[in-house]
Amino acid sequence: MPTPDLASLAVGDVVAERTFDLTRDSLVRYAGASGDFNPIHYRDDVAASVGLPGVLAHGMLTMGLAVQPVVDWVGDPARVVDYQVRFTRPVVVDPEHGAAVSVVAKVGQLDAEASAARIDLTVTYDGATVLGKAQVRVALG
Amino acid sequence: MNPELQGRVFPPTEPYLVGREKVREFARAVFATNPINLDPEAARAAGHADVVAPPTFAVVVQEHTLAQLLADPDAGIDFSRVVHGDQRFTSTRAIVAGDLLTATLTVSSVKTLGAHSMVTAESVITDEGGAHVVTAISTLVIRGED
Repeated sequence: MPTPDLASLAVGDVVAERTFDLTRDSLVRYAGASGDFNPIHYRDDVAASVGLPGVLAHGMLTMGLAVQPVVDWVGDPARVVDYQVRFTRPVVVDPEHGAAVSVVAKVGQLDAEASAARIDLTVTYDGATVLGKAQVRVALG
Repeated sequence: MNPELQGRVFPPTEPYLVGREKVREFARAVFATNPINLDPEAARAAGHADVVAPPTFAVVVQEHTLAQLLADPDAGIDFSRVVHGDQRFTSTRAIVAGDLLTATLTVSSVKTLGAHSMVTAESVITDEGGAHVVTAISTLVIRGED
């Protein structure tokens, strides 16, 4: 897959978009893969006992999937050199209907000298953003 | 929350060997579809030694350092009150299956905001040769008593 050409990009360009349908199965799978077995991510009774509106997706799962459209656009996961997010709102995953998390990736800044771009992610669930300052630096050289 | 924790450096974690199937398992769990994460042939064709871990895979290694922090009676952190505030990964190179990684945690800051405390934990992850691979930085918010 060819690497995107920095010269063809402009700040504000949407480079990738994807919607992820999370289910309770996704959370169990992520718990096993990551080793994060906090029961608020799979047990309704535990989530309720600590005052949560329901079982939540792991913040790190949301962070992990949100960068994937950028990985596919840039062609190689090794081109992601810096990635940061702020966790601003939890994603509640309904046992029956799951949760649809949408990602829009836009060019935030271009650094021609370093041959790199900052891609800004807008990550939403149920009409509200769930990650703040979600920024990915990709090497394009 | 003990404010004197700021600046504390924890001992390096036991070396973590990155397995190919672990990378693939993690990649599927974060909905990765790029063949470089999943297929050793595709990874080699792109110039990598083996499958490349997704950008957030370092959390698996970082987790061992955060466990040290949370288990430290000196730190006085009540795990049930911890909320993940923010997260960052700054890489020198991507993690690849076959890497043997060690993580060293430094508590870079401890702040108190009203009833809440904020701890910034910086885990520097290096390879077998001691070269930097990625730094994982987490801010944990410890909610105060209601």
